[in-house]
Formats: sequence, structure tokens, C-alpha cells
Amino acid sequence: MIVEPLAAVDWLVIAPVALPLAGGALCLVLRSRGALQAKLTILIMGLLVLLNAGLFGKVATDGPMIMAMGNWLPPFAIVFAVDILGALLALTTAVVGLVGAIYASADIDIGRRRFGFYTFYLLLITGVSGAFLTGDIFNLYVWFEVLLIASFGLLILGGERAQLDGAVKYGVLNLLATTFFLIAVGLLYGLVGTLNMADIALSLQTLSPEAPIAAITVLFFVAFAMKAAAFPLNFWLPAAYHTPRIVVAAVFAGLLTKVGVYALLRVFVMLLPASHVDLSTVILWVGVLTMFVGAFGALAQTEVRRLLGFVVIGGIGNMLVGIAIGSEGALAGTVFYAVHSILVMTALYFAAGGMERIAGSSSLHSASGLYRADPMFAALFLVLAFAVSGLPPFSGFWPKVMLVRASVAADVGWAAGAILFTGLLTTIAMARIWLLAFWREATQEAPIRVANVDGDNRSAWLGPIAILAAIIFVLGVLPEGIMSASLAGAEALLDPASYVETVLGEGGR
Amino acid sequence: METVLALLVGVFFMSAIYLILSRRTVRILIGVVILGNAVNLLIFTAGRLTVAVPPVIPTDLPTVAGTVANPLPQALILTAIVISFSLFAFLLILSYRAFQELGTDDVDEMRDAEPAERRLPPMEY
Repeated sequence: MIVEPLAAVDWLVIAPVALPLAGGALCLVLRSRGALQAKLTILIMGLLVLLNAGLFGKVATDGPMIMAMGNWLPPFAIVFAVDILGALLALTTAVVGLVGAIYASADIDIGRRRFGFYTFYLLLITGVSGAFLTGDIFNLYVWFEVLLIASFGLLILGGERAQLDGAVKYGVLNLLATTFFLIAVGLLYGLVGTLNMADIALSLQTLSPEAPIAAITVLFFVAFAMKAAAFPLNFWLPAAYHTPRIVVAAVFAGLLTKVGVYALLRVFVMLLPASHVDLSTVILWVGVLTMFVGAFGALAQTEVRRLLGFVVIGGIGNMLVGIAIGSEGALAGTVFYAVHSILVMTALYFAAGGMERIAGSSSLHSASGLYRADPMFAALFLVLAFAVSGLPPFSGFWPKVMLVRASVAADVGWAAGAILFTGLLTTIAMARIWLLAFWREATQEAPIRVANVDGDNRSAWLGPIAILAAIIFVLGVLPEGIMSASLAGAEALLDPASYVETVLGEGGR
Repeated sequence: METVLALLVGVFFMSAIYLILSRRTVRILIGVVILGNAVNLLIFTAGRLTVAVPPVIPTDLPTVAGTVANPLPQALILTAIVISFSLFAFLLILSYRAFQELGTDDVDEMRDAEPAERRLPPMEY
């Protein structure tokens, strides 16, 4: 038992989960007060950014932090354990959640508010933060389910035909993925008799070599690859992500697949290092094929929202290559790429929403003349297009450099070539959007609706894009801070000694 | 006893996967619910089957006496049952609603989110 009371600063560990959860409940109470819910959500998300920044600062200076539920000592208690990787991703989540809440204030109508948009939205943030911060593998499953339930609610809000169709595929496949995860957790528990991640990391080192760990590893990989939409388990993503409201699609594209990548990092690299080495060739091939599926899929689409779905998949491929190589530089590249991808994919979906607002459609057939209609928006889109293609001086450049260098150093130069080639294909796909939708003269089909986009509305949808573009630019020009954070995260994953010590006390149990 | 349960889990997985490979949403959902039960049984078996007393500390002892049953798998299964049951209920209603709106329960015929026909965008640019 822990008997001394917790210092106030230790509550930061649980705050990123408790605050949005309480906010979601409050929004449910205020169900009929739409405008109030919108303001409240922005307030809560703003507070969450501050709390997460505090948590990140504390973890970066003082090392990992834990909080044990019910004051029982680990490994018996359920713990929240925050290391720099979790804190970094939780901070990014809060930032994206805040800009999403700002965007939603202009995008979500009264009907959807009444059906609980904000409750689901805050619960989604709760689930994602919980997954990043928990130190217990069964609780990781529970947080996966929390965000899955919230994402179901958001996905079908409105009940259009395409939404129902997409939700059936999304729902069944994601439920299967979490069930596979649960199977793996059950088998792992049977093998090592513990669910605490730090304790698992210790116990697996002393496990006999005959233990059936390979099957468990593969089950984990299938489950997380499905969550992350890696080839060949990616089909639910392009079917579902273009159907909901744009803010929902944006937050999904930013956060949900990255939770799968985080779980892969945490479970594969930290908990199962030996099996990770065995499987690295498979992961490498999966990563490269995922990149190609993403790039070619993006080139084949004529609908911007669907195109962006494939761009999300392409980014996942890059991160998987980093996980497959598994050196410190490669893992740091993956972490940096994950942060970049959360920001840039959210912003790009917002931009697709902006295209729909001005040109009336996000189809490349009819959307046109956007540059003339709104040069400011066009400039922001160009920033995002450069960033997602990995061109300097924006945030996509550095993680690609890190991944390419790590691939060459690990003697898999062809993977580096694939990263660069798919980067080129993504650039072409983004250039197509630019040429057809922005640069082309307005066609007869395009009802440019500049007059409809009035002042206050404009700041609510353009503001979030501008904020994210600014962050992306800053990360591209001054990458040292996040680069050292990613390196520290990668280091902690490869050598979890300090994490284990923080959770279990001096020298393990 | 473990062998019997292991075989039962295998049969459950087999039937679940067979049903999930179907094209009809209702059959897929029945597969999902069987899969959930298979996993629950699997966790139960993985937690070791012992004939032992309940894990309750007697009032006159500082700790439990003798071998006790492992309560953790039951806690895990309880959580998993609640979650999978609620998700199953949601998916059941979702597929009913999809059947009403789309007029089919065949996933191959559900093409609203991914229309089969595509026009190429203008090439002159």
C-alpha cells in the first residue's frame, strides 16, 4: 500500500483522462444547450493542452511518473505510467482536440449537438489519452474499446446512407481487431501471470525459450496493424473515413491510427524485443507495401476526402518501416513522424472541409478556382501539401530524413528508396489537388460560394488550419526540441530500465 | 479439464471465423458474439483451472489461507463481457438500421461509401 498522500503535481498523470471524461459527462447533462457545450468543450480542451504541457515538461525533466489506482503498489494495482513517449503523444492529442473543438463550433449543427456530438468527442479524447498513458496492458484494451465506442457514435452521427455503410465495415473490423488484441492479452497473461507492462517486460526476459511467445506476438501484430490500417488490413479506413462530418474525419485521421502505431511501439519494442527482431522482416515488408498502397491509392482517387484516407495509410507505412528497423534513430523517426502525421492529417481534412465550403464539393471534377476565391486558404493548403509530402521546410521533412538515414544505416537501402519514391508519389497526388482544385479556373460546375462564407464562420474553420499550419512550420524550422524528445522516447523504449524502476520500485519487485 | 476447455475454445473460434467470413451482416454478427465468448473462455482457461477456496481473507488471519482461486481472470472476463456485449448490441442495431436504409444485408452490395463507378478527373491540367 502507498500511504502518504499524493503531491498535487502527481495528479497530472490522471488529469488528461479525468478532465475530458468529466467534460463529456457535463456535456451530456447540458444536452439541450448546444452553444454552451461548444464553449465548454473549447475551454476543457484548452485546459487539457495546458495540463498536458505541464505533464510533458515534468516527465521531460524528472523522468517517468506513475499513479497507482486505489493506492495498491504495482504490479497488483492498475497503474497509469507516463514516459516521455506517452506524454508527447498525449500533448499532441490535446492540441489536435483543441483545434478540432474550435472547428466543430462552426461545423456541427444543432441536431448533431443534441445527439451528443460533444460527449462523444470528449470521450474519444479520453480514450486516446488513456491509451497513451496507461501502464497496464489490459487497460490498454479497455481504452481501445472506449475510443472505439466513441468513434462509433461520431461516425454515424447524422445517419446518412454512406455513413451507415462505412460504419458497418469500420465497426466489425475494428471490433475484430480489439478482440484479437484481447486474445493476445489473455494468452500473455496465461504465460507470465501479470498485466502490468513493466512487470511483463521484466518477466519476459526470464522466460524459457520454449515459451509460445511467437503466436502471441503475431496476434498482437495483427491486432495493432488492423488498428493502424497497415496493408493488408487497411480496407476499413478508406471505406469509413470520408463519410462523417469533416471534423470527425479529421480527428479520426489524426488520432486513431496513431494509437495503433503507439501500441506497436510500446508492446513490440518495449515488451517483446526478442520477437520484434524475429518479425522485423515481416514488419518491414508490411510497411513498404502499406506505403505503396497509400501512394497509389491516393493517386487513383478523384474525391479529396477519399484521397486523404489513402495518404493516412501511406504515413502509417513510413512509421512501420521505422518500427521494423528498430534502431534508436529509426524509432525516433517513427515517433516524430507520428506527431507530424497527427497534426498534418487533421489539418488536411480540415482543408478538405474548407474546399467543400467554398467550392461546394471536394471532388476534383467540380472543385476549382479556389486560389482566386481565397488565396489565404490556398497558401495554407500549400503548406500542408508540402508537409505531408515530406518537403522542407515543414515538419514532414525531418522524420523522413531520420527514417531514410536509419534505413541506410541498417543496410536496407531499398526501404529508404521506397520511402523517397512514395514521398514523390504523394507529392504528385497533392499536386493534382493543387492544380485541379486551386489553380484551375472555376468551371461551370463549381458554384463558388465566397459570399456565403461570412466573417465569423471563416475564422472558425480557417483558424484551426492556420494554427496547425503554424505548428507544422515551427516544427519544420526548429525541429531540435521534438527531435530530442523523440530520441528520448526511443531510448526509453529500447532500454525500459528506468520505466520499470519507476513503476516497480528499485530493482524490480 | 483444460483439454476439454481448449477444444471447446477451438470449436468456438472455428465457428466464429466461418461465420465472420460470410457476406451477410447478421451471420457476421453472430460470428462476432461467438468470438467474444471464445475469448472469454480462453482467458478463463489461461488463468489456470484449480480446485481452491475463494480468495477471501478470514477475519482472524492476516492473509489468505492455502491455495486460493485466481480472481483476476474473472475480473478480466467480466470487463470483456460488458464491453463486447454493448458493442454487439450497438452493431446489431447498426446493421438493422443499415438494412432499412440500404435495403440489403449483403456487404458486397453495400456500395454507398465506395461507389463502383468512377469518372476520371479532367486531364487537360
